[in-house]
Amino acid sequence: MHELKQFKSEVRAWLEANCPESMRQPYRSEVDVCWGGRNWKFQSDDQQAWLQRMAEKGWTAPSWPIRYGGGGLDREHAKILKQELKRINARAPLYSFGISMIGPALLKYGSEELKMQHLPPIVRGEIRWVQGYSEPNAGSDLASLQARADDLGDHYIVNGSKIWTSYGDQGDWMFVLIRTDPQAPKHQGISLILFDMNTPGVTTRPILLISGKSPFTETFFENTRMEKNQVVGAPNQGWTIAKYLLTHEREMIGETGNLQSGAELLSRVAVKKLGLDNGRLSNPVLRTDIARFEIDEVCHQLTMERARDEAQAGASLGPAASMFKYYGTELNKRRHELLMAVGSHDALVWAGTQSHDGLVPRLWLRSKGNSIEGGTSEIQLNIVAKRILGLPG
Amino acid sequence: MALVLNEEQRMLKESAKDFLRQRAPVSHLRELRDSKSMSGFSKELWTEMAEMGWTAILIPEQYGGLEYGYSGLGIVLEETGRTLTPSPLLSTCLMGVTALVKGGSAEQCGKYLPEVASGSHLLALAVNESSRHAPYTVTTTAKTSDNGFRLAGRKTAVIDGHNADTLIVSARTRGAANDSDGISLFLMPADHPGITIERYRVLDTHCASHIMLDDVVIGGDALLGELHQGAAVLDRVLDASVIGQSAELLGLAQEAFERTLEYLKERKQFGVPIGSFQALQHRAAVMFGEIEQCKSIVLKALHALDRDDGDIPELASLVKAKLSETAHNVAAEAIQMHGGIGMTDEFDIGFFLKRCQILETFLGDRYFHLDRFARQRGY
Repeated sequence: MHELKQFKSEVRAWLEANCPESMRQPYRSEVDVCWGGRNWKFQSDDQQAWLQRMAEKGWTAPSWPIRYGGGGLDREHAKILKQELKRINARAPLYSFGISMIGPALLKYGSEELKMQHLPPIVRGEIRWVQGYSEPNAGSDLASLQARADDLGDHYIVNGSKIWTSYGDQGDWMFVLIRTDPQAPKHQGISLILFDMNTPGVTTRPILLISGKSPFTETFFENTRMEKNQVVGAPNQGWTIAKYLLTHEREMIGETGNLQSGAELLSRVAVKKLGLDNGRLSNPVLRTDIARFEIDEVCHQLTMERARDEAQAGASLGPAASMFKYYGTELNKRRHELLMAVGSHDALVWAGTQSHDGLVPRLWLRSKGNSIEGGTSEIQLNIVAKRILGLPG
Repeated sequence: MALVLNEEQRMLKESAKDFLRQRAPVSHLRELRDSKSMSGFSKELWTEMAEMGWTAILIPEQYGGLEYGYSGLGIVLEETGRTLTPSPLLSTCLMGVTALVKGGSAEQCGKYLPEVASGSHLLALAVNESSRHAPYTVTTTAKTSDNGFRLAGRKTAVIDGHNADTLIVSARTRGAANDSDGISLFLMPADHPGITIERYRVLDTHCASHIMLDDVVIGGDALLGELHQGAAVLDRVLDASVIGQSAELLGLAQEAFERTLEYLKERKQFGVPIGSFQALQHRAAVMFGEIEQCKSIVLKALHALDRDDGDIPELASLVKAKLSETAHNVAAEAIQMHGGIGMTDEFDIGFFLKRCQILETFLGDRYFHLDRFARQRGY
């Protein structure tokens, strides 16, 4: 107990000295997020310094082992760090699919060589990872994927395509699911392979969404060489690892909304826009919906906190991640629906500086994808019903 | 504080669960109903609960209690929620004890708490006066007379009012009918001259009462807490009480859900278990998620009461609003998913919805608490 207290005061002092003031401001929009990577252009010196300082402590990945560059913190210590970061409203030094997705899979299933090669650059934010899972004909039924590999001894030659690659045009490396044994039953012939996006034969094409933005790409492989020593776990055993990785992805998506909601309570936005009438929001019907939303938001946050308190540090939440993914994304959609109602006519404006280029409606439209990406809400409910509740069929 | 039970709390939970399954399952409630019990609970069972130490959980050690906190009592209430066991735990051991501990003098605590701890004294809090929960709407008057007070008015929806040895009554000592200022709390024996208690039965076998106060003369030492400032004590008592009710609703929702889940696995139609139908699976999965959320917030609220920190009024209303909605939906879905048999009196599942409606309504339903939550957050 005493040791934890001391750690807390050390963390507090260190953050006070090392977290730049500009990194303690709420996110204004997506442009304030630091993704890192080979081609990253830091928005400011502060953003760069904040990443470097946190990475040196291993605190971009606080619970990873020190030998891979992580912070080596157990659950209690990691929780304190998180609380202290929250206390000063610090921005995340790094957003990274390396930390939230491929890193945990490598820690659990990767060889020592792969861990040493890939984990430290992830911690330092030097390599930006992207995910190659879905295909045009393999969405909810992911295991029917068809991107295939020809075995040429020490390497594969891959042909096919992936879709819904988040920031595919900005990625340095990809973790990708490839059918390496077309004869095997569909869940058993898949491998999880790591490769450099600069490899010849890789092209990406942005997908324009209803929000008018392109956060996703299609990715094409044309006789692309992928090394066998970059297969995570054993060849053809990728499905188990892919599912494990998905639980981390779902947990991450389950926290969707924190980025924006960290900024301001929905009810405060509503009070500014609509005003009070005898101490109550002037629209009583909208007020009820906002109160219900804010209650559910607290419920979700406390349940994630409880799940982490129950689990070991860094451990996967297993099928429970599906529940968090479901609630987190449904909540985020509700939040944006309510923001549209609060914004009313102003929320219809699509361009111009006053509307920050239509930030409110674009985020609303983008949120519709939350309950589709990473496995639809319906797939999450299937997983809860079958794997947690043990319902048949 | 981590949102998990410690070892000691897990043991309490297990022993409460075992005791209630053996001694007071849902059939116990049915027996009380069928025998038209006047009190609405079993005195023999209450004696056994006292022997288990449940009546002493919240009471400080100096008054013969276990000082095991709201988290401890919440665990027991959650388990009585599973078995729908009627008892004065809420009225006496939570509401009455909290009022005394928060507002009572050392003398008052010394007089009542040891007897409550031993299970030999029951308390009831008389707050409401109209057909819905409105704790500040007090027209019952308490006028100073000689060295004491003279009370007149009418209270309603008093939980266990007909069972209590001592009543705690809110009355107006100054101000207008809806002011929180000017409310004072008074302790008085239930059989004091001028008090008439009229018992009535609610949906299941539980009872509540109307209380008429006709020129009730009491001494100055009957005042609980400060004159005119009773609302401060009352607020904390009601916050703690709705959190306790929520723990009970949590047990009720879990039990109704688990029974339904079993039914989905065993009931066959079209040659397959009905639980294999996606329409039912998705609804079951959502109910599971809602109940998981309820577990987290109840635990958080109980911790907040024990540590006396956090925003307790906001949290209390949040918890009551959420638990009311969730438990109600689960209890209603439980009937729907049981099909025809769910509608029968012979089958137990309908009891859960009845008990749920009672717990929801007493001390403020979801609409009251949604409104209060929003006001606590400043909108």
